[in-house]
Amino acid sequence: MGRVVRSVAAMGCVVALGLVRAAAAPPDDIFVMAKDVGDVITLDPAEVFEFTAGEIVANVYDRLMMFEPEHPGQIAGGVAENYAISDDGRTIVFRIRDGLRFHSGNPVRPEDVEFSLERVVKLNRTPAFIVTQFGWNAGNVEDLIQVVDARHLRIEVTEGLSPGLILNALSAGVASVVDRELVLAHAADGDLGHAWLKTHSAGSGAFRLGRWKANEYIALEANPHYRRGAPAMRRVFLRHVPEPSAQRLLLERGDVDMARNLTPDQIGALAEHADLAVDSYPKGAIVYLAANAGHPVLGNSAVVQALRYAIDYRGMADSFLAGQFAVHQAFWPAGLWAGYTATPYELDIEKARSLLEDAGLEPFDVRIDTLTSSPFPQIAQSLQATFAQAGIRSRIVMQDGRTLWPRYRARKHELIIARWSPDYMDPHANADAFARNPDNRPEAGLAGVLAWRNAWASEDINAKTIEARDTRDLAARERMYQELQRRLQTEGPYAIMFQQIDQIVRRRHVEGFVSGVNFDHVYYRMVTK
Amino acid sequence: MPEGRTGSQLDRNRSSLLVQAPRQIAGTALSLALTFAGLTAVTFVIARVMPADPVLAIVGDRAHQDVYDAVYRELGLDQPIFVQYLRYLGQLFEGDLGVSIMTAQPVLVDLLRFFPATLELATVATLLGVLGGVPLGVLAAVRQGRWLDHLIRVIGLFGYSVPVFWLGMLALFVLYAKLGWVAGPGRIDIFFDGMVEPVTGLILVDSALAREWEIFRNALGHLVLPAGILGIHSLAYLARMTRHFMLEQLGQEYILAARVKGVPERAVIWRHAFRNVLVQLITIVGLTYASLLEGSVLTETVFAWPGIGQYITSSLFNNDMSAVLGGTIVVGVCFVGINMGSDLLYRLVDPRAR
Repeated sequence: MGRVVRSVAAMGCVVALGLVRAAAAPPDDIFVMAKDVGDVITLDPAEVFEFTAGEIVANVYDRLMMFEPEHPGQIAGGVAENYAISDDGRTIVFRIRDGLRFHSGNPVRPEDVEFSLERVVKLNRTPAFIVTQFGWNAGNVEDLIQVVDARHLRIEVTEGLSPGLILNALSAGVASVVDRELVLAHAADGDLGHAWLKTHSAGSGAFRLGRWKANEYIALEANPHYRRGAPAMRRVFLRHVPEPSAQRLLLERGDVDMARNLTPDQIGALAEHADLAVDSYPKGAIVYLAANAGHPVLGNSAVVQALRYAIDYRGMADSFLAGQFAVHQAFWPAGLWAGYTATPYELDIEKARSLLEDAGLEPFDVRIDTLTSSPFPQIAQSLQATFAQAGIRSRIVMQDGRTLWPRYRARKHELIIARWSPDYMDPHANADAFARNPDNRPEAGLAGVLAWRNAWASEDINAKTIEARDTRDLAARERMYQELQRRLQTEGPYAIMFQQIDQIVRRRHVEGFVSGVNFDHVYYRMVTK
Repeated sequence: MPEGRTGSQLDRNRSSLLVQAPRQIAGTALSLALTFAGLTAVTFVIARVMPADPVLAIVGDRAHQDVYDAVYRELGLDQPIFVQYLRYLGQLFEGDLGVSIMTAQPVLVDLLRFFPATLELATVATLLGVLGGVPLGVLAAVRQGRWLDHLIRVIGLFGYSVPVFWLGMLALFVLYAKLGWVAGPGRIDIFFDGMVEPVTGLILVDSALAREWEIFRNALGHLVLPAGILGIHSLAYLARMTRHFMLEQLGQEYILAARVKGVPERAVIWRHAFRNVLVQLITIVGLTYASLLEGSVLTETVFAWPGIGQYITSSLFNNDMSAVLGGTIVVGVCFVGINMGSDLLYRLVDPRAR
């Protein structure tokens, strides 16, 4: 009798489990990605500076200039149909495309572009520097951006910048065009709609924001009237799955179409899976080691040079970084205009030792700060091992960004391993961070500039950076940036090590996902299933 | 005159109750006020003295100094810490918990969304733990030293010592990925999200109220695994504790007396021994439930469960102090509420406590 009861109970359990299994694969017109989207804190394009939010903004808003998914390496007009540059290069008149409409149905007018750019300057959040470098500020921006007529907008810059730089900067997220009427209808306390736009959208892009449920998902709805045709996917979900193992299981079961944060070993294990495909996209992010030039030992350029020879670039790239990072030793990523691909450094312990001996240095101790997230601890351990061979004793201190970044910004580090991604698609974006430091005094507080953080400055390099920034001849400008990169490889306080490769794994029938070089050049509108 | 004595005694009791009741209420209220003042003060001070920068959580590490300074002032961080705390308390009394940096939503709105997810998970897990752990503990005590006792103790040891996140990953791999018996991570398939009007925030309850049985089934499919994993942990703990309490009671002389008097064994166990362990069990169950309501961060992470534990932890990692403080207050309320509930239950099950 007891046995019968137990058997029935067991069967009941199995039936119950069978009943509750109710998850289903995404329908054919819904695209679901598993991704850690915990970095999203705002969706206002005037403020967005995080990876996932940058990606969302790229799909929800059209920008004045754009990198379209059909040709992700080529700048083109977005909201602007074309433009005319004045002879002195300080004035650009944009012709706005005819017939464009926001998701609200409102027409896209030059007034909206004017409002969007002015709003960025007046709100002055982190990415505002991308346009304030034009000489714009809250006091003059209304004079420098003017609506000419119903189709044209004129912008003026007070600095003698290369027009290429201006156009590239106007392809960044801050140049997203927002629906002036809609945004102002939700403005409160003179915030230009900032609080509302953090969690809503007012764009004219291929998708509109459906809902952002923090820690759960971000849902996008297709814009059927998009200027380049309606996306094939009616809805797109970025499902928040912080744990890579859970992402893998969801993908294997077919409950999501794509996993965005799998580790190299997980990707290796899935490479032969019949239903899955792995795609690799070179990204603009670079990983570097920086030495604080204010340190009594690290301020010696021979020491930094020795460090460069005491790094096992190839060993790391071929082992724990395989597939997700490639060796790269210049500040501007390979594959982009003005990219510099020379890799003059490889592990050479004897050379590192001799450089230290020539500098008359005894073995010394140094602290390496880095992030706790992979692959930074592994890179730090590799460096610690090879530095030891060269006679440099190092101590690794791993920290979360919330404690590491204040330390770095306050110049309190010795050595630091960190990552940098371009803010916009012009080499000046990185040159301005890595090479130029106009005021090296601690009280200058240029905490956004890497050269300042590392207490390093060179008058000559500063001048060359400005010269490259302002040069109008494209070929000459490209040569200047390559020369700057070559010089930084030996003169700067950095040992640039790797360029990131983004690896995604998708269900094989999902196609058309585009991930460009920059962090926010990720597009969903060509996805099909 | 007996009636007179009884009448005056009743009068004395009544007047004593009338005097005591307001005192008890005032005492409880004062105790609660002090608890929450202490809770908010300690959390606030810890948040402010941590070597982390809440401004960078908003502006990012690349922000220029002028942007940083502007946000620093916006957050009121240029004020002395006691001024900041008093301001926070002032907002709190108006029901304003502030706005979360991470979600850009009022903290109260977030808590009303994240807490029900944890409440649903913790309640089902606790029910599983109690319904499984208590009978197993009693059974083990009754069969002390026999194979069943050893088996239950091994189960208890396993359930209590194996890391929950590891068990969660293993269960996901086997029951979800390989066998497909349960739904995967998440609280519900996202296609169903928003299709039921939230009344309680508990998806099972809301979908049942709306008679949306497909959604109910889907939500149950997602709940069964994380609740089961947490339930096993509770079950193991409760089985061990119940066994221990029962063994203490079964060794008492009154149990021997009952057996000698010929009271049936079932009545000896359940009516005599078990009733006497109830008070201790209520304490243990209350604490287990409260700790689950605090949010099981690892389980919520592995199962992508949008609960209060994940909310508080990610807020902490992002220096989102309004969210951390709001979450801490909710957890504090849970602990206080469960303690008060336990007190009430003591009085119900034990006449000596009345």
